[in-house]
Amino acid sequence: MADQPTAIERFINGILPENPVYRQLLGMCPTLAVTNGLKPAITMACSVAFVLLGANVVISLIRNLLKPHLRIVVFTLTIATFVTIADRFLAAYFFQMSKTLGPYIPLIIVNCIIICRCEVCASKQSVFIAASDAIGQSLGYGLALASIATIRELLGTGGLFGIAILPAAWPDWVIMVLPPGAFITLGLMLGLVNWIDMKKSGKNKNS
Amino acid sequence: MTYLFDILMIALTAALINNFVLINFVGICPFIGVSKNVGMAFGMGCAVTFVMTIASLLSWTITRLVLMPGAPLSSFIAGLFVPEAQAATIDLTILCYIVYIFAIAASVQFVEMYVKKFYPPLYKSFGVFLPLITTNCAILFGCIKIMTHIVGVDNPNDIWDLGKALTLAVFGGVGFTIAISIMAGIREDLELCDIPKPFKGAAITLVIGGILAVAFMGFTGMDSGIRNALMPAPEKAAMTGQINNKPTTVADLGLNNISINKGVTK
Repeated sequence: MADQPTAIERFINGILPENPVYRQLLGMCPTLAVTNGLKPAITMACSVAFVLLGANVVISLIRNLLKPHLRIVVFTLTIATFVTIADRFLAAYFFQMSKTLGPYIPLIIVNCIIICRCEVCASKQSVFIAASDAIGQSLGYGLALASIATIRELLGTGGLFGIAILPAAWPDWVIMVLPPGAFITLGLMLGLVNWIDMKKSGKNKNS
Repeated sequence: MTYLFDILMIALTAALINNFVLINFVGICPFIGVSKNVGMAFGMGCAVTFVMTIASLLSWTITRLVLMPGAPLSSFIAGLFVPEAQAATIDLTILCYIVYIFAIAASVQFVEMYVKKFYPPLYKSFGVFLPLITTNCAILFGCIKIMTHIVGVDNPNDIWDLGKALTLAVFGGVGFTIAISIMAGIREDLELCDIPKPFKGAAITLVIGGILAVAFMGFTGMDSGIRNALMPAPEKAAMTGQINNKPTTVADLGLNNISINKGVTK
């Protein structure tokens, strides 16, 4: 196990160096669908964090019992169980939000991030490391969602959380909260991240 | 006539107006990953359509017979153990996600075996993508959408039958194929373009996807337009009572772009 990253490395990796959205390009569907406002984006990030933490801990606890050819099925079923819990919880306590998010909460089941983390980390390492990995990854995911949602909501409606921030003269870019805005914002953000990356690595080579 | 019209509306809505990829954002992973050449993209689209049809057939049957409140099979089994009145209220909808993901995994396995046996070259060209369909959001999305039209519908006449469910699945898949094939066509030509280096790959694909989504927004409101044109006057009057007939405007869409998913036949 010497070559496996430690808990702290896993935690930090999740936030920026291996950010699920910008670096690994995982979990794009909810990223695009729920980022038309900060509120749904944060709810989504919390649900993903809960499911990821639960699934990672459970998989890590039973990792010695897993048979290689059945592991994906076990992953999926564990995830589906936690998603059902999250979905029922949202429907009970945040009904309006659960209506807004609609089918995207159940779609967490097929979100590649969670299966990927189960496969890469939880099925190989101990509970503590798996949990810190889950928290790091979901923080990174939450940050990515929040950054996109901030841009889209600010430009699209001139405010955040429904509170006006930009001056009233701001013409709302309605396209930003419509589906095309999601694609374009994410595309430009990805390009920006790549550009910063290339600049950094270029500097390292020169110095 | 009304039934046929409903089918037509569901087909149009699933394929164009609420395109799975460009408006509902499901199936983005293959949309970015497999859209490098048209042949492969078209094959992927066909595979998704096929799997989606089988998975919806399975999930519709399971939902109707086992999962929905008071479903015949589950209340029959429960009736063996508890009094009949209690058995009739049994509700297993909470299990739906787990059951659907199982149905999808099973149908992917089936398709894989079928293609491997009868179309070996196609199987080779799919490679790793065929098992990946299991985690394609589009299929689970289709199943859940069908579920919302069976469970929790107040009027028993509004519950979707198998025909409507299959129409949604097939044309959802057709919409996916259309979107991914267009994207692949554009990306083939993109190879010859001088793209800024940071944007190569996924970034430029997403931006182009955005422009395609603008194009697909043009289909908004087509459903009510066709309804007005096709429906004979008395039926139209009857329809306006139940279904919101006003054309969806762009501003309307902005307020509830996620809630579009609520009503396919809107």
